[in-house]
Amino acid sequence: MPELLTVCPSPHIKHPATTTTVMRDVLISLTPALLWACYVFGSRAITVTALCAISCVFFEWLTQKLLHRPITVADLSAAVTGMLLGFNLPSTAPWWMCVAGSAFAIVLVKQMFGGIGKNFMNPALAARVFLFSWPTQISAFPAPFHRLPFWQLTVKEADAIASATPLAQMRGGEMDAVSPADLFFGRVGGCIGEISALLLLIGGVYLLVRRVITWHIPVAYLGTVALLSCLAVPAGMETAEYVLMQLCSGGLMLGAIFMATDYVTSPITSRGRLLFGAGCGVLTVLIRRFGGYVEGVSFSILIMNSLVWYIERITRPRVFGGDR
Amino acid sequence: MSTKYSFGKQIREGLFENNPVLVQLLGMCPTLAVTTSITNALGMGLAATAVLICSNFLISLLRKFIPKQVRIAAYIVIISGFVTAIELLMKAYFYDLYGSLGLFIPLIVVNCIILARAEAFASRNPVIPSIMDGVAMGLGFTFALVLLGAVRELLGAGTLFGFAVLGSRYQPALLFIQPPGAFLTLGLLIAAVQKIRNVMKDKKKAAKQNAQKKSENAGEEEQA
Repeated sequence: MPELLTVCPSPHIKHPATTTTVMRDVLISLTPALLWACYVFGSRAITVTALCAISCVFFEWLTQKLLHRPITVADLSAAVTGMLLGFNLPSTAPWWMCVAGSAFAIVLVKQMFGGIGKNFMNPALAARVFLFSWPTQISAFPAPFHRLPFWQLTVKEADAIASATPLAQMRGGEMDAVSPADLFFGRVGGCIGEISALLLLIGGVYLLVRRVITWHIPVAYLGTVALLSCLAVPAGMETAEYVLMQLCSGGLMLGAIFMATDYVTSPITSRGRLLFGAGCGVLTVLIRRFGGYVEGVSFSILIMNSLVWYIERITRPRVFGGDR
Repeated sequence: MSTKYSFGKQIREGLFENNPVLVQLLGMCPTLAVTTSITNALGMGLAATAVLICSNFLISLLRKFIPKQVRIAAYIVIISGFVTAIELLMKAYFYDLYGSLGLFIPLIVVNCIILARAEAFASRNPVIPSIMDGVAMGLGFTFALVLLGAVRELLGAGTLFGFAVLGSRYQPALLFIQPPGAFLTLGLLIAAVQKIRNVMKDKKKAAKQNAQKKSENAGEEEQA
């Protein structure tokens, strides 16, 4: 409504960024990893990701329609949730799992708590943990370069051979199974979006340059994991090699750069963000080493998500000129 | 007495308007823990109902005799006596159910619904209404448990009462029979019940306002 006078408190600094532009940047920064997944796992990777994104947008529209809320699907936030959810699934994920996960993420985790900006957990990650309801299907990681075509909606048993991910191999003591270079460039098995550390880092740099995210959470997260891994290098391994393998395997890069930095579910102060990232790092290392699952990135981010309220309280900035 | 206590109203209160689980949020522990299947939920609900009816009856009978200072202890002794009886009966006649409910049968002793009804109703009302209150609240508890158990068993195992109803192609979502599923389902059920209550309240209000308007209009017409 341009004819109305906008009255608002200072500071009167205008910035072109809107939810839509921010979310568009996130989508752009995720694209290289998706293309790489398409090369490694076949074009079905795109089918899974697109299916998640489309169903997320659909469920967002549906809930907002049913609850008589303003329809905000055009802000692309549901599409980002869907894309991240797809990135967290193996390329063999059956179609109904994508739809169920999207419904859980959008309806229960996001809209039930009031929609964008009001959810206390990352919807995509919560949905991924929900999808552990089907343990066989969510851990049916195909071997790298076992490509599935995009038109294959249901995956045959023979194609869904579960291959051990690098983290599972490392847990099992097979340290030589993958080289750090394979991990860094992404010539390994795993979820769709997590394999190539290099492309995820490039996406992260793009987000940093566009000022969509700040460096605090990823650096604190990755730094803590690296530091703690130094303390627990298995015998007969170079420290640098082991740390690099820990950093590049599993969903750590995807989680640290794209999931933990979600605006809604991370602290707002720099100190809070450092604390949040470090907490995620400690939990990830602990779960990887002692937990029941070989990978702990989703769980640690979700746990820290639920602690954000406390982090905000202890890192509240001092009022200028006021008491401590 | 017939004007003060109405069995129909008590039942309506217990089942819906003042449901011990879905509205008063009492007895959360068995509600969340044993509702992995309808059979378990029904067994738990009926066992608690039996205890509730008996304890309400006896406590109401003894309400003038129990000294105020030790009433809670007295209630607990009475309740635990009935729970022990029920536990032995279940062990004798429903051994499978007894096995799957396990520790939660003796834990009926500390179920807050039973103690709450003893304190809030049976200790200050005559015997017959107290028994009726036990029936109503017990059925409300059972109703909520069965509802929760049905949803969880259907989604989490694809069965109802152990019979496969969703077909072999349905892939059960394990989450719903695990603890998080209990919290999620209960939360959504409570939200749904709250919504229905609000809608009903609004309707009642609107009806009242309409009636008032009508009577006012009628009054105006008469004056005219």
